[in-house]
Amino acid sequence: MDSELKREIILDNYQNPFNKDGKDDLNYEKVNSNNESCIDNIDLYVLIEDKIIKDIHFNGEACAISTASTSIMLKNIIGKNVIDAIEYINNFMNMINENDYNEELLGEGIAFTDIYKQQNRKTCVTLPYVGIIKILKKYI
Amino acid sequence: MKEYRDDFPMLDKNIIYFDNGATTFKPKCVIDAISDYYNNYSANAHRGDYTISYKVDVQYETARKKVAEFINADFDEVIFTSGTTDSLNMIVDGFFKNFLESGDEVLLTKSEHASNVLPWFKLSKESGININYIDLDENLHVTMDNVIKAINPKTKVISIAGITNVVGDERPIDEICKYAHANDIFVIIDGAQLVPHKKVDVKKSDIDFLAFSGHKMCGPTGIGVLYGKKEFLEKLNPTRLGGGMNESFDNPNEVYLKELPSRLEAGTPNIAGVIGFSAAIDYLNKIGMDNINNYEKKLKSYLIDKLIKLPYIDIINLESDSGIVSFNIDGIFSQDVAFYLNKYNICVRAGNHCAKILKSKTGVKNSLRISLYFYNTYEEIDKFVELISDKEKIMKEMI
Repeated sequence: MDSELKREIILDNYQNPFNKDGKDDLNYEKVNSNNESCIDNIDLYVLIEDKIIKDIHFNGEACAISTASTSIMLKNIIGKNVIDAIEYINNFMNMINENDYNEELLGEGIAFTDIYKQQNRKTCVTLPYVGIIKILKKYI
Repeated sequence: MKEYRDDFPMLDKNIIYFDNGATTFKPKCVIDAISDYYNNYSANAHRGDYTISYKVDVQYETARKKVAEFINADFDEVIFTSGTTDSLNMIVDGFFKNFLESGDEVLLTKSEHASNVLPWFKLSKESGININYIDLDENLHVTMDNVIKAINPKTKVISIAGITNVVGDERPIDEICKYAHANDIFVIIDGAQLVPHKKVDVKKSDIDFLAFSGHKMCGPTGIGVLYGKKEFLEKLNPTRLGGGMNESFDNPNEVYLKELPSRLEAGTPNIAGVIGFSAAIDYLNKIGMDNINNYEKKLKSYLIDKLIKLPYIDIINLESDSGIVSFNIDGIFSQDVAFYLNKYNICVRAGNHCAKILKSKTGVKNSLRISLYFYNTYEEIDKFVELISDKEKIMKEMI
C-alpha cells in the first residue's frame, strides 16, 4: 500500500473517528489511556459480555495519530472474543515494534506500518492499546 | 544578536529552536569549562589538601560569588541545588513546614508551574494549611488590586512565578513584596523563567526566597539556586543530611551542623554543573541582561505582529511582554502542529507546559508554546510564520 493511501486512512479516521462519542452507561467499563511523553489523553468505554467485546466508545483529547489509531483499533476488535482481540493487539504491537507480524490481520491498522520511521509517534499509535489491554487481561 | 550564534554548537545544526522555556542551548565556553574540570582538575570539593581539590574549591566558591553578584545577594545567601524544583521543595519542606500552622494561608495563582504547586499541596495535606489563588485578570495577569483582594489576616505566604511559563506575564514583584512585607507576609519567587531573561536584584525587590535553574540560562542541567534572606536560611532545616554539611556528630543528640551555605548542601555537589553555570553567568554578563531583555521583547513583538494577521490563530497571551507566545491553530491539535513543524526542524512545545490548573481558568487544556532567547532571529520567525501560514499544508503534512 502506498504511503498516500495510508495517510488517507489515518486522516479519515482522525476526521471521522469511529465511536468517538463517549458512553454514559454503567454497564460499560471505563479506562483511561495517557502517556507521560505526550499530552494525549483518552477514555475508553468497553462493554464485554461472555468474553465477547460487544462495544467500545471513546472520547478525550488526542493528536491525529492517536485518534486515528483508536478509531481503527475499535473497528478491528469490536465483535471479537477477548482471546482473538489480544491476538490482534499482539500482532499490531509486533508491527509497531518492528518484529515479525501478519499483515493480513491488521485491517486498517496497516496504515501504521511506516510509523517506525517516526519513533516519536510510536507512543501516539499505541496509546489506546495501553488502556484496552488493562481491561482485556481481566477476562483471560 | 546574531553575533552570538557562532558561540553555540547546537545552532549550526540547521535547527530552529523555540523551546527555550524548557531548556536553552549551551555556548562553547560553558561546555569547555565543564570539559576542563573533568580533563584537568577532576577532584572532589572540600578536600583542599592537594592542589587539584583546592582548585575545585576556588572554582566552586567563585561560582557562588558570581551568582550572588548576578542577583545582588550576599555570598552565603546562595545555595546550590539541582534546580528550581529542588529549591522550591527545600523552601517549602525545610522552612515553611515548620513555620506555618494549620489554618495559615498560602497564595498561589492558577498559572503556576507544578513545582510551585505540588510542594504546597503536599504541605496542605500534612499540616492543614490552606491554599488560595490570586485572581488573574482578563489577560491572565496578576494585578496589585487582585493581590490585595486575595490577602486576608490568615495569609502568610505569597508564592508565585516572576514570569510564568505559559502566559509569560511578568508579575509586579517589587510592589508585591512591599505590600506583602507591610502585612508580615513572605514572598517566594519562582524565577525559572525570569532570571534567565531579566536582571533581578533580590535586595532592591526585597524578595524573601528566589529559586531558579542553570539550564534555562545557558548553563548545564542539574544545577540551580536557592536564594533566601540570610535570617530565613538560618532557620531552614536541611532536607538532606550527610557529608559536607556537618561539623561533628557522635550520637543522635550530638549532631553539629556547619554554617551557611554548606549546611544546606549535603553530599558531593554537582561540581561540573556549578563550574559550567559559572561560565554561563560570565557569558550572560558579557552580553548584558538588559540587552537580552530588550532584544527578546523586540523579537516577541515581531512574532506577534505576524501571528495576528493569521485569522485561524488564537493567541492565549497577546498582552504579556516576555519572550513567550502561547497559541493554538483553530481545529488542529497542538501536538500535531508541533510534529508538523518538527519535520522542518523547528522545535516548539505542545502541551499544558506543567501548568495543569491553568486550564480551569482559560478553558484551554493544551497549546503550542514558543519561548525565545537572545540567539533566536527575525529570519527564524519568518520561516516559522511561513510554515504555519498554510493551514492546508499543516493538515496534509502533520501525519
